[in-house]
Amino acid sequence: MTDDKPDDPTPPDDGTFFEQSDRRLFLKQSLAVASLTLSPFPFLKTAEPDSDEAPVGNAEKVSFTLSVNGKKLRLSTDPRTTLLDLLREQLGLTGTKKGCDFGQCGACTVHVDGQRVLACLSFAVMQNGRKITTIEGLAKGDRLHPMQEAFIKHDGFQCGYCTPGQLMSAVSCLREGRANSEADIQEYMSGNLCRCGAYPNIVKAILDVKTGGQNA
Amino acid sequence: MANAHLPPAEPEPSLNRVDGRLKVTGAATYSAEYPFDNLAHAVLITSTIAKGRITNINAKPAEAAPGVLAVISHRNTPGVPAYPPLKQPAERAPIGTAFRVFYDELIYFSGQPVAVVVAQTLEQAQQAASLVEIDYQTETHQTDFVANRSKAAIAMNVQRNKTSPFQDYDRGDPDAMPSAEVKLEATYTIPTQHHQPLEPHAIIAVWEADDKLTVYDKNQGVKSAQGNLAQAFKLPRDNVKVNAQFIGGAFGSGIRVWPHTVAAVLAAKQVKRPVKLVLGRELMFTSVGYRPFTEQKLAIGATKTGILTAIMHEGIGQTSAYEEHLERTILATRAMYACLNVSTRYRLLNLDVNTPTWMRGPGDATGMFALESALDELAFALQLDPLELRLRNHADADPERNLPWSAKSLKECYRMGSEQFGWKNRKPEPQSMQTDGMLVGYGMASSLYGFHRHPSKAKAMMQADGSVVVQSATMDIGPGTGTAMTQIAARMLGVSPKKIRFDLGDSSLPDAPGQNGSATIPSVGSAVHDACKALKNKLLILGASMPGSILSSAWPDEIEIKNGRIYPNAESRSSVSYADILKYHKLPQVEMTEESKSGPERDQYSMYSFGCHFVEVHVSPVTGEVRVKRVVTCADVGKIINDKTARSQSIGGVVGGIGMALMEESVMDHRYGRYVTSDFASYHIPVHADIPQIEVFFVDQPDVHVNPIGAKGLGEIAIVGVAAAVANAVFHATGKRVRELPITVDKLV
Repeated sequence: MTDDKPDDPTPPDDGTFFEQSDRRLFLKQSLAVASLTLSPFPFLKTAEPDSDEAPVGNAEKVSFTLSVNGKKLRLSTDPRTTLLDLLREQLGLTGTKKGCDFGQCGACTVHVDGQRVLACLSFAVMQNGRKITTIEGLAKGDRLHPMQEAFIKHDGFQCGYCTPGQLMSAVSCLREGRANSEADIQEYMSGNLCRCGAYPNIVKAILDVKTGGQNA
Repeated sequence: MANAHLPPAEPEPSLNRVDGRLKVTGAATYSAEYPFDNLAHAVLITSTIAKGRITNINAKPAEAAPGVLAVISHRNTPGVPAYPPLKQPAERAPIGTAFRVFYDELIYFSGQPVAVVVAQTLEQAQQAASLVEIDYQTETHQTDFVANRSKAAIAMNVQRNKTSPFQDYDRGDPDAMPSAEVKLEATYTIPTQHHQPLEPHAIIAVWEADDKLTVYDKNQGVKSAQGNLAQAFKLPRDNVKVNAQFIGGAFGSGIRVWPHTVAAVLAAKQVKRPVKLVLGRELMFTSVGYRPFTEQKLAIGATKTGILTAIMHEGIGQTSAYEEHLERTILATRAMYACLNVSTRYRLLNLDVNTPTWMRGPGDATGMFALESALDELAFALQLDPLELRLRNHADADPERNLPWSAKSLKECYRMGSEQFGWKNRKPEPQSMQTDGMLVGYGMASSLYGFHRHPSKAKAMMQADGSVVVQSATMDIGPGTGTAMTQIAARMLGVSPKKIRFDLGDSSLPDAPGQNGSATIPSVGSAVHDACKALKNKLLILGASMPGSILSSAWPDEIEIKNGRIYPNAESRSSVSYADILKYHKLPQVEMTEESKSGPERDQYSMYSFGCHFVEVHVSPVTGEVRVKRVVTCADVGKIINDKTARSQSIGGVVGGIGMALMEESVMDHRYGRYVTSDFASYHIPVHADIPQIEVFFVDQPDVHVNPIGAKGLGEIAIVGVAAAVANAVFHATGKRVRELPITVDKLV
């Protein structure tokens, strides 16, 4: 039930990449300058050669590939760009949230090769060749993932901002075999903060999915 | 009684959130998430000193960095038109002046915005921000509340306003305290606490034309933000559009328009492009207010039988050097218990810090921590059950205003809560209950929150296909406003919630107050009720005017409406639908807009919500670690509109209260006047493992005097008193009375 279809390695690699998708104009622009070969890490250019300051960042873009929600993408970004900022600012996948940018809140939790990962603690280029699933890839078309259904049923959120991260963590928590009891869930979900205090409802939702009750 | 206020049919008592699907799929769009082709990114630079002046800004390295579009400070700001002309030399703003962004070289607090860097990408802006060199001349700052306590004074605002509730207050006999049979005096301290919603404050500012501004801004009131920005930038109100459809929590931090919002608007003006500015978590500690450090002295006099004879409550709150922020801290004490002799004092202490603001249960969460802790201390001194002490002093009418309550079911809350919790199993002596080597403590506290209702408008529109759109410029910071409003509309119109859309969070919609003070359901809910009622009546008249209409001879009282079909009475098999009526009259839409507001009932009744919390804690006798094991919370907030979302709101309040009680504390290094708690690793809020299942009970009876829907609002009262209930439980477990929050292990071992 926690099978994550978008993680399946079946991306269409027809060389068209985004052309058939609805990505935004600025993304296309950034792709237009993408190098087609993967280059090694760039060096940092100094913008003002006569300055004795630390090197001023004019980072050359780095090309790499990612599979995001089942779509294979060839990308080119500033090497300083985190996976989180790549998703939010360049791919238009704003479902993954920036809560703290320090790996302390869990709002940016995504799946990388099926494992839960904090997208803010990882540079995008470090994910070269990996399969990323974000909250936008959790449902199968119009059919919500059971965990999404359970969050709605048990009101496992209020403002909704931590929700994508909670959901991605919850799905992993089940997969990892860490959802066997309320105490277990509480422990293994504690990396995902919720300031609205939806914790008890989230725990109920996860237990419900664990026992398959969401379809009852 | 409920039927007099709402049609009896409840389409779906526990309607799931109408925006639930958007939220669980990541499709809900928050302020920083609107796409613009030409978007530039801004990063704020803030002062590293707490008081003094900027002597030099070297922006050249930053300006030369790749992608940088502008570095804006007081030296080159396009300026906020409403600010007064600069004085030379710069003069410190008098108290009562809202902070002016990039106005002059003066520094009022550490973390003050002093410049903003705008670049093509976020990475470029962040890098460039690190290259801006700022020199300061420091002056001696005062940020330490305790060291400066003696300078606290009556707020100037209060001195000028003789009818201010914060004037010194005395009722009854001044000799009651000295002559009391039992006396108790204690000081309670609340540290600075921060809202820290999971979504950082963020804005995208777009100048559509030289005199037209659109902002996608995280705030709790699009209408007030619109007015504020229009005033600041001297624009016609309608030329400013504020959009905030999804807000990732706020808890009070979004009530004002803060400096970073103005900074982003200035930046967008300067670079002539849409500009996005998102506060980093660290800036969330100095940019959007906080619950102020507050010290309270409580003195209580009582008879040996536990009748309160005198209460003296003094509070000192912290504020900035340029503004006065007043909270209700001492006000609850005047209304909570039947005590003839009550005095309150409220003072403010100006420090070189940013201005505090309202945080969930503002003032009352603070004040009731002190009052409800003191009641617990009194109960212990009298060897009386804490619940019994409260029952003996129950106020049957408002002792402050000498008015009847509009409704009060506090005794019912006490009864429900104590039964559900098993309060009777509590052994009176501290340290008398144990399990598995842990000390067990039972604690309880009362809660109250004043009723707020502001004039609100709503527009209800019946579409040709029988679907309904309801609109109001109200907000949803999390409680589920759209869901509750949809339910109110569904009940009134007899239309399935699935066929209703509720629009909010847009300043172009009908006027509504911001989301604060638990006023949304009472205010906007009433407007939605009235607008839908007017729409229904109009449609019934249109329906009755159709030739041969089954409605023409129907009694209005007998009409039943289900799923958008109108039956002349409950037995009737023939019906006419809303869609039929519009079709016959060839109307694409029928709409009604209504304004709803309080009337003379405000002077006839005293209006409050009441409730109570029961808490079980386990405390390790070795480490002093406190675990909350069980919470039962009860509230009488009138009619509950949506049980499911209301329950979540109550749970959220309890979780916030547990944080307040056990972990939340913003610590400042006074050598620098700067917070050392600057992220979630140092400012602790509850996590999953800290929170048990929480049982919620509502009296759920409409308060017939407050508004047409009988509902009083829930957001604030949910947290009021929770910290005291936890502290009282810790005392019961350990025998240690902690009067200084948070209750950390160092205070218990």
